[in-house]
Amino acid sequence: MKRFRGFVVKEFLHIFRDYRTLLILFGMPVIQLILFGFVITNEIKDARFAVLDLSKDETTRQITEKLTSSGYFRLDRNLNTYNEIEEAFREGEIQLVVVYEPDFARRLERDHVANVQLIGDASDPNTANILVNYASGILTNYLLSMNAEVIPMKIVPETRMMYNQELKGVFMFVPGLMAMLLMLISALMTSLSITREKELGTMELLLASPLRPMQIVVGKVFPYVFLAFINACIIILLGWAVFGVPVRGSVGLLLFESFLFISMALSLGILISCVTNSQQLAMMISLVALMLPTILLSGFIFPVENMPMVLQWLCHIMPPMYFITAIKSIMLKGNGLFFIWKETLILIGFTLFFILMSVKKFKIRLS
Amino acid sequence: MNQQPIIIVKDLVKKFGSFVANDHLTFKVKRGEIFGFLGANGAGKTTAIRILCGLSFPTSGELSVAGYNVYTQREKIKQNIGYMSQKFSLYDDLTIFENIRFYAAIYGLSKKEIDRRTDILMKKLGLEEAKKKLIRDIPLGWKQKLAFSVAIIHDPKIVFLDEPTGGVDPITRRQFWDMIYEAARNGITVFVTTHYMDEAEYCDRVSIMVDGRIAALDTPVALREKYHAKNMNEVFLQLARAQKTEVL
Ligand SMILES: Nc1ncnc2c1ncn2[C@@H]1O[C@H](COP(=O)(O)OP(=O)(O)O)[C@@H](O)[C@H]1O
Ligand SMILES: [Mg+2]
Repeated sequence: MKRFRGFVVKEFLHIFRDYRTLLILFGMPVIQLILFGFVITNEIKDARFAVLDLSKDETTRQITEKLTSSGYFRLDRNLNTYNEIEEAFREGEIQLVVVYEPDFARRLERDHVANVQLIGDASDPNTANILVNYASGILTNYLLSMNAEVIPMKIVPETRMMYNQELKGVFMFVPGLMAMLLMLISALMTSLSITREKELGTMELLLASPLRPMQIVVGKVFPYVFLAFINACIIILLGWAVFGVPVRGSVGLLLFESFLFISMALSLGILISCVTNSQQLAMMISLVALMLPTILLSGFIFPVENMPMVLQWLCHIMPPMYFITAIKSIMLKGNGLFFIWKETLILIGFTLFFILMSVKKFKIRLS
Repeated sequence: MNQQPIIIVKDLVKKFGSFVANDHLTFKVKRGEIFGFLGANGAGKTTAIRILCGLSFPTSGELSVAGYNVYTQREKIKQNIGYMSQKFSLYDDLTIFENIRFYAAIYGLSKKEIDRRTDILMKKLGLEEAKKKLIRDIPLGWKQKLAFSVAIIHDPKIVFLDEPTGGVDPITRRQFWDMIYEAARNGITVFVTTHYMDEAEYCDRVSIMVDGRIAALDTPVALREKYHAKNMNEVFLQLARAQKTEVL
């Protein structure tokens, strides 16, 4: 145990001495989250919108005018039929469509209720959400200003998201980022740290010492479990603070799933370092074989169900998708283990498999 | 004094595929002796030393190191030996002190003992001022001496040195050998490989390796007499030539 402690101390020294890497590891989630936030707020200026005015009265004209003069929106075109909405979105310039129901002004006066539909392009769900909220706010303001009298009047904005009804992107970002960073720290960093010892020749000395191979491996990965965990917490906290991404389910369960994923990635890292002898190669393998799938084939950026069959199939034989599904379910839907037992079991399976593989490989290399 | 040899090797064979790196090596190393393995690059010195340290399994042969069986008691062997590999093996990004402390710790020394030995070592090497320097910032000569000191920090029974003086200037080499003598005086058996012929003269006995085989084994004086040579270099050249003609 004394030996093991000495070994782990050394590992932490390596990590803290290499403060640049440390800075990147901890700076990355912060920067990515903030960048993401920045991109969103940036797009709220002069967002183009289209109007389908089925009423064409003074009130609708005034509301459109209010939207335009708010600084957030710029009127791009007027539409004549419902069919043109889809086409307007397709062309890609339009981010919001406002539909006034027929007889808007008259209904407002007579029934004190009128309907307006706000349609956002939810392929960029965050922006769409914000645009729709702004537009509703402007509508409400308009009502308040024109209606000083006590007659209660109401404009009912009915919002609809095109293309991505569940608003996947926004809240996907935080779980996806977690998957990516945990993979990066756990797999890439451990494989680098082990292959570095091989390159330097210090691995020989470690193996010639009374340290057991198992102690060496565990000692190597131990610090990264910590780092990965801290990083996961940073991401969750930042996501909550910046985007209001909630953790509706159990935090304990969330951390447990993260721990599973971290263990899985660590054993992958060990496996990689068993089959390579140079840091460069380890880096290449980690980036290409692990990071790319984590980013592209996990549902992080592209929704899995929209992919061609072959790619969907690929997604299903790799761990990140299950992790993302599981933590999304915990964070957003507040689900318990009952709902994600399948994902959890699959992750446990992957973890055991990779640990067994790497232990076996490591043994072989020794003789 | 125990007269049982501390290393016994009988018919050691190591093959990599069909290539024979160690071809029926047989030798014994006495307790407290400085035993040299002399040979050109590729002669199979590192291969043999790695097997003796428990880093790789022999293909066949009977071996015992410090009284333990190389096949079945590797863990026991590891607790009784020190090893300085051919590659430089201190951590560049750690300080002198941290390196010493690390190696002392993985050999199971207590904290008090680590501090005590570190102090002694620093004084001996004249490095007290440099304790907090990173390894990457100190000259190669210092590094090699430090690496050796670290390899024997836990007072092993045997220390294996694989070309410890490679690339080091002659003065430092001389100092390095002084350190080896001191270790031997303190009862540590030294097993050292080298391809510097002059260093063979410093050993109690040398085994001259040519192409994976032991071509000769004796004290330097006896070898010089036997081959009527002025120095070890001539001995080696004669043996290497003999081996060649044998092959032809
Ligand atoms: N793991 C290995 N696989 C295949 N060949 C090896 C391996 N290790 C060493 N060799 C070969 O064995 C021979 C002896 O190598 P080595 O023991 O390192 O020589 P020395 O230390 O005397 O310079 C060399 O020809 C080398 O190429
Ligand atoms: Mg060698």
